Amino acid sequence: MSSKDLIINSIRKENVVKNCSLPDYENFGITFEDKIEKFKQMVKSVGGEAICLKEEQLDEKIKELYPDLNLIATNVTECSLGNIDANEQEDAHKLKDIELAVVKGEFAVAENGAVWIQNSENRHRSLYFIAHNIILVVKKDDIVNNMHEAYEKIAFENSTYGVFVSGPSKTADIEQSLVIGAHGPKSGYVFFIE
Amino acid sequence: MSNFDHPQKAKDFVANDERMHWHDKALWFVREKRDISSKSIPEWETLREYANQIKTHTMANLDKYLLEFEENANKRGITVHFAKDAKEHNEIVHKILEQNNVKKVVKSKSMLTEECHLNPYLESKGMEVVDTDLGERIVQFRNEPPSHIVLPAIHLKKEDVAQTFHEKINTDKDNSDPTYLTRAARDHLREKFLGADAGITGVNFAIAQTGGVVVCTNEGNADMGASVPKLHIACMGIEKIIPRLKDLSVFTRLLARSATGQPITSYTSHFHGPVEGGQMHIVIVDNKRTPFLQSNSYQKALNCIRCGACMNTCPIYRRSGGHSYEYVIPGPIGSTLATFRDPKKYKTLSFACSLCGSCSNVCPVKIDLDSQLYTHRQDLREKNIISNKKRLAMQFSVWLMKNPTLFNLAGKVARKIVPLLPKALIYNKLNVWGKQRDIPTMPSKSFKELYKEEQK
Repeated sequence: MSSKDLIINSIRKENVVKNCSLPDYENFGITFEDKIEKFKQMVKSVGGEAICLKEEQLDEKIKELYPDLNLIATNVTECSLGNIDANEQEDAHKLKDIELAVVKGEFAVAENGAVWIQNSENRHRSLYFIAHNIILVVKKDDIVNNMHEAYEKIAFENSTYGVFVSGPSKTADIEQSLVIGAHGPKSGYVFFIE
Repeated sequence: MSNFDHPQKAKDFVANDERMHWHDKALWFVREKRDISSKSIPEWETLREYANQIKTHTMANLDKYLLEFEENANKRGITVHFAKDAKEHNEIVHKILEQNNVKKVVKSKSMLTEECHLNPYLESKGMEVVDTDLGERIVQFRNEPPSHIVLPAIHLKKEDVAQTFHEKINTDKDNSDPTYLTRAARDHLREKFLGADAGITGVNFAIAQTGGVVVCTNEGNADMGASVPKLHIACMGIEKIIPRLKDLSVFTRLLARSATGQPITSYTSHFHGPVEGGQMHIVIVDNKRTPFLQSNSYQKALNCIRCGACMNTCPIYRRSGGHSYEYVIPGPIGSTLATFRDPKKYKTLSFACSLCGSCSNVCPVKIDLDSQLYTHRQDLREKNIISNKKRLAMQFSVWLMKNPTLFNLAGKVARKIVPLLPKALIYNKLNVWGKQRDIPTMPSKSFKELYKEEQK
């Protein structure tokens, strides 16, 4: 008998767990009067920052935040500072020197400061982690209250990957001291475009 | 191995009084962060109940959901393997790596691969295996197992880490600044990520409906490891399955808040297929999990989502350290899992509990941890694998309590005699309880006597 059959049979044999129904999440979960404000507060608590700005201010703000960065990858059409096209690289290793990734986020979640990134057209999912700094660009109206609303908007029909990103990468593995910038980006901003 | 003894192991940890208190406080701090975070969610208790329902429903239909998961994962070009035990799991992983000429592997946190002892197995086959979670890398350098499932190096101080990093990656011996050490590890591990031929990750949740897996990290190490090399192997126990994509909404709200008090982990990655031109494999392992489904008393132990909240709150864990449990998962959940799987070896673990019940109160999926540990004690007595000392003491208590006249007399005598006894006699070798505690002052009357007087 294959191990698969062994396991399935063994699960079926005398399983005493009593069945119950699955919960329904419609209209369930915390909501906020000002979702953007809540998001700003939450993302700050996890070491990031959210900024609201107009489309035409995008480049200017990036230059202000990162005046010394040279290698920038972006898939945001409103940003003209990109000088390396991640999708043109055959090999993910070639992305290792990217100093800043300016990436489109699908929507933001107010309750936890997370942004959902799916970008099915992006060739290298490693871009979000290998870049030394990251800016996630989200339309100001694309924000939900909580994770129940968030998962209503997510599907994987034409996609092999998606990630919630909440702030820059971090660790507290040495004496519980929070250090921003573990393996992924060392800084993380969320831009809400009006 | 059969004479593993938790009190004996804990003694080593407690010997360093200052460090024990430091450990205790560090974990209590995490517990407090969990409280603040959970209390900011008005529907927290409903969420816990939902999580309990999802897990219970899944376990009752686990065969169906495993097959649904396999089918959907296959449709996405993911290869699914089943392993009945640790040995088969290791062999499958090794075979995939060997077929792809892999020499160097980066790994992110996975308690399952710890349980299966995958690292030493692959190393014995000549492969380099690098743990990439910072805490795990620290303990790997030191040749120690993790002492906590979320905070693997919580038993160490920054000076210990500075010493280890100085020896292994040549950092400044006298610089124990956590930022400095983390940056050094970042550079060291970046090289490992870029040089790896394959990435192995654990799995937090596997979605039957979509055939994909979800991995939660703060450091971004699982994501780097699974997306830079072309080959990704994800290893999971059969209990990681959840039915629907939207059920993740419940668990992503509970997991990080329960674990560290964060609103969500920095990264919640949903892997639903290989990277371009690459391969993705999922190895699903039983390794003595199915017997839990057949047990009325212990079935809920399989519902654990490995947040670590039960250990952060446990007064025994905080003061005895993860290594004193000698099981891959320490703390209350580890004690019940270990005792169920190997009651002879782990017979002391269900007694590493004051039955305060705090673990069950913080558990995000409502596992009845304290009552499981209480039940274990009775099962051990039934099976006669409890220590003789404990057995005789229990038998004596039973005998005494069955004789009310004798019990009253014994109480009366004790109240009169004990205060007169010299300390050396009270705190003798047999009085294990009195080792670090004082016997309370004897009252002049028993509860029974006081009650009778009140009734007059």
